[in-house]
Amino acid sequence: MSRLTVPKTYKLYIGGAFPRSESGRTYEVLSASGEFLANAAQASRKDARDAVVAARSAVSGWSGATAYNRGQVLYRIAELLEGRRAQFVDEIVRSEGVSAAEAGSQVDTAIDVWVWYAGWADKYAQVAGNANPVSGPYFNLSVPEPTGVVAAVAPQGVQGGSLLGFVSVIAPIVLTGNTVVVIADERAPLSAISLSEVLATSDVPGGVVNVLTGSAAEIMPWLAAHADVNALDLAGAGAIEGPKGESWVDLQLAAAETLKRVVQPVAGIPHPSIDRIGAFVETKTVWHTKSMR
Amino acid sequence: MAFLEYAPAPESASILNLKAQYGLFIDGEFVDGHGDVFDTISPATEQVIASIAQATAADVDTAVAAARRSYEKVWSRMSGSDRGKYLFRIARLIQERSRELAVAESLDNGKPIKETRDVDVPLVAAWFFYYAGWADKLDHAGLGPNPRSLGVAAQVIPWNFPLLMLAWKIAPALAAGNTVVIKPAETTSLTAMLFAEILQQADLPAGVVNIVTGPGSTGQALVTHDDVNKVAFTGSTGVGRMIARQVAGTSKKLTLELGGKAANIVFDDAPMDQAIEGIVNGIFFNQGHVCCAGSRLLVQENVHDEVVDRLKHRLSTLRMGDPLDKNTDIGAINSAAQLERIRTLSDTGEGEGAERWTADCRIPDKGFWFAPTIFTRVSTAHTIAREEIFGPVLSVITFRTPDEAIQKANNTPYGLSAGIWTEKGARMLALVDKLRAGVVWANTFNRFDPSSPFGGYKESGYGREGGRHGLAAYLESSGWDAPRAVSAASTDSAKPADSAKPAKRSRKAVAK
Repeated sequence: MSRLTVPKTYKLYIGGAFPRSESGRTYEVLSASGEFLANAAQASRKDARDAVVAARSAVSGWSGATAYNRGQVLYRIAELLEGRRAQFVDEIVRSEGVSAAEAGSQVDTAIDVWVWYAGWADKYAQVAGNANPVSGPYFNLSVPEPTGVVAAVAPQGVQGGSLLGFVSVIAPIVLTGNTVVVIADERAPLSAISLSEVLATSDVPGGVVNVLTGSAAEIMPWLAAHADVNALDLAGAGAIEGPKGESWVDLQLAAAETLKRVVQPVAGIPHPSIDRIGAFVETKTVWHTKSMR
Repeated sequence: MAFLEYAPAPESASILNLKAQYGLFIDGEFVDGHGDVFDTISPATEQVIASIAQATAADVDTAVAAARRSYEKVWSRMSGSDRGKYLFRIARLIQERSRELAVAESLDNGKPIKETRDVDVPLVAAWFFYYAGWADKLDHAGLGPNPRSLGVAAQVIPWNFPLLMLAWKIAPALAAGNTVVIKPAETTSLTAMLFAEILQQADLPAGVVNIVTGPGSTGQALVTHDDVNKVAFTGSTGVGRMIARQVAGTSKKLTLELGGKAANIVFDDAPMDQAIEGIVNGIFFNQGHVCCAGSRLLVQENVHDEVVDRLKHRLSTLRMGDPLDKNTDIGAINSAAQLERIRTLSDTGEGEGAERWTADCRIPDKGFWFAPTIFTRVSTAHTIAREEIFGPVLSVITFRTPDEAIQKANNTPYGLSAGIWTEKGARMLALVDKLRAGVVWANTFNRFDPSSPFGGYKESGYGREGGRHGLAAYLESSGWDAPRAVSAASTDSAKPADSAKPAKRSRKAVAK
């Protein structure tokens, strides 16, 4: 006798809560072979704006936390992900149609990516910062600081990437104290939503990561033009197409109005790298007079 | 005025040996170009100094082609140590001809000779000297081993520090192995022409640096040119936005150093003598034509009257007039257009209810002048507290608590610089953490050094100039990733995806 299962309702993740889309819209998530898996929330402009508000209000607490603390929180994500490995493997197998071994390798790599970035938290400023030997009686130090709120598109439709692609985008953003509004893989969003449950129980403050499911082509123009978004990570935006044929270039154009920092699309999944950390930081230089007086 | 009268002490312009007309500097030679010529005038006297060629799109094309050739054939193949030696030569030649450059800059820009002589030109030499030493040490620039140069850099610079901005752009670009096409501002091309002579004296290979003069349209032709790999711009936020749009969707690397509306925050425990000098230096240095100028004075309420009284007294002792006079503190406004903008915004300030005070200065008959002006009773909503005036106009705003100071300081779309005056080190450092600005001066203001990164947050632009960070604007990492084990499943080719489109999928939305 097989037991009747209890399927999960997949919702958005905004400000630490799991709301449905305010629009009431959902879309069908299908397996690789076309079977129904779930109804995912189809996020709207209003959801995106709510997510920005949540992300903005989380900036001061998260960026004000010590780097050691942020490193531990990121490491905690890896710990909890490890503990729920089977669930993620199962979801990836169903939505990507890959073997359990391939799915397992993706989850393992995603865990290792969290660990790798976690270790950077209290070292990045040492590597990217600088004591500057100015010619005068001044203390002069340059340090990296988070840019603020980043809107990101996770890799879309990349085989082997529904979890790993998502993690590879958000980890380097939040590591330094930024908060993020991220659009999950539209076709395979289940891992991203399940990861939100991990984030919600990993001491990541609400609002630091906000996850939207739905159409990046529909949602991103609002985020690209939003004056309270400081940067765009278009990692997975390479193939998006709006109703009038808009592409990621239109997002970069919109971002120019408020001089957002923009990282252009990549093919596939972004490598974990220090360059991705550096794409979402500002360098602050402080001068102070030296005097015996 | 005048507790002391000074006899005129003009620096002699006879050190200059200017030509009547300057062409474009392309491929190592001065050439005529195909456009009209325009006059460059002294803003202090409105007299014509020389006529300058206006580069057309075709001229820009020639310059970019020269830069590309010299990049491919010469500069990118040269050893870092040889590139460095050329830059050292340039630094030394600038020092040798420093008085001449200072006089020319003062004449053409209108800024006081004591600033060009003691600040601008020494920093220009220092900038080349600093980056010269980097040319053979790029492995240590923080971008991993073997960082790559980008190619041809298109650079557009403003009129407020003509030669210094040229140095900020050219020195790191060349050290990193790029070649350059640079466009000086329309009103201040003169010292770039003298710099071209210096490049000839240094025997810098032809085409490594090309200079195209002209108005905004010349700059536009340059930054939109298909064969440039890097765009660097310093100027207004409005033009910065336009360039960001023009570069969007391309692989050109972009750095922007744009406007500012810096808060200069004065607490009641500030070292007051230094603070008054710092406030004056913060907004009246270079007639306030400074993107990082401390144009918003945030003063703690209980010392407001004392600070404003002392400022007025101090401003009354400043001497405005002949930029070439060694005693001059305040020179001429750079152009009629800029003077008009300063006047309009100041009138708006008065119209919106702020209280205006202007130093009692004798205004010369000819030229463009604006006396140092202070607005009190300014609120954060006033136009003069929000818009960059880029002139000798200070808006005074009060605060009571550190939290209020932070809130008001950050209440601007800009984020270039800020100042803090307090004797309490702990409070200073806590405040520094909260200020959204790329440069924070504590108990000092408007200090610059080639080893010190400079650049903005938010709408003040992106990228840094100066220091190790300044090299990153002209280099590309050869890639240094996580250990293989971590990135095993990653497939990033680090290229814009327009050349590698993932498969498209149909998606159906189901309204429920």
